[in-house]
Amino acid sequence: MKRYLPFVIVAVVGLITATAATMLYRAKRVPTATLELSPAEKTPNKWLHVRGKADAPVTLEEYGDFQCPPCGALSEPLNKLEEEYRGRLRLIFHHLPLKNHQHARAAALAAEAAAMQSKFWEMHDILYREQAVWSKAGDVSELFNSYAGIIGLDLARFKKDSAGGEAAVRVDADSRRAETMKITTTPTIFINNQLVPASSLNPAALHSEIDEALQKRETK
Amino acid sequence: MARSKRAQGTSGSTRADVILHVIAAVIAVLGLADATYLAVQFLTGEAVVCGGSAECSKVLGSGYARIGPVPIAAFGVLAYFAAFTCAVFAAFDYARMRRLFAIVVWAMFAVTLWLLFVQAVLLHAFCRYCLLSAALVFVLAAIVVLRPPAR
Repeated sequence: MKRYLPFVIVAVVGLITATAATMLYRAKRVPTATLELSPAEKTPNKWLHVRGKADAPVTLEEYGDFQCPPCGALSEPLNKLEEEYRGRLRLIFHHLPLKNHQHARAAALAAEAAAMQSKFWEMHDILYREQAVWSKAGDVSELFNSYAGIIGLDLARFKKDSAGGEAAVRVDADSRRAETMKITTTPTIFINNQLVPASSLNPAALHSEIDEALQKRETK
Repeated sequence: MARSKRAQGTSGSTRADVILHVIAAVIAVLGLADATYLAVQFLTGEAVVCGGSAECSKVLGSGYARIGPVPIAAFGVLAYFAAFTCAVFAAFDYARMRRLFAIVVWAMFAVTLWLLFVQAVLLHAFCRYCLLSAALVFVLAAIVVLRPPAR
């Protein structure tokens, strides 16, 4: 029996490690962003950031600032809602970097540079998740580069795109759109084009708002 | 008895050898957990947060944290598992495994020195999980120095 004991110990530890790694991976894995645009969206606004099915009955549109703490607090609940209502809810994100947030514009540019490599939502998620860290940093470029590395972007291209004109044009276009709509605070959320009141910007209330929007669609 | 030990490649370890290799196996398991956590974090694309410190992200998001698409932590998982396997077999008196354990640990030690250099000199940032791993490798190396494999 003693002869086999080291084999058993090694096998058991190997098995436990593999199981723990798999469980941790499943628990932490961020749902893969699915970019499905309707034909109408593809043509006039190719820069739109959409997560979820194009024909979902409910659309939740957010004007957000990556450095705004309430936006950060809502980010994960919104991801969970999209997961929960899979196929029935789609999320759209628009930039509205507020001037009083030192690094908000740089973060928006980083997200756009990631979008140019089809990884907008991955950068969106990591920026919100790490908001407390980079918000306090003096120079955020190194941190954003490291996030780009983590989500597997081509770093040289990311650096070039972050500093380039196209990312700025995209962010400015979103900001102008918000200005036209007289949106000045973040997060501002619309569900099926209806403004969600500030008092309902919490997971439970958003849940109810989405349910209500779904019911309206079903009764139509 | 002596013949059967030779047949197994065993050397008749002392009690101290057994205890040290058991300690080495436990340390290797700790390192295995640390490296597995870092590898999984890398694969999920999640930045590692070390108590609000930005340095972890800087180190683990740098180009030094991977070889091609493979995170360094994944090699760490393999190295710690190899060290653990050798330590367990060495504790069960397999002489060849003591030699192999020493080789694996010195290789890990060399890589650890390189990674410490990268953090201190090239990145000017330290990742606590990497420092924990470095400390564990230093302890493993100390065990090898205390009980070098018989020639």
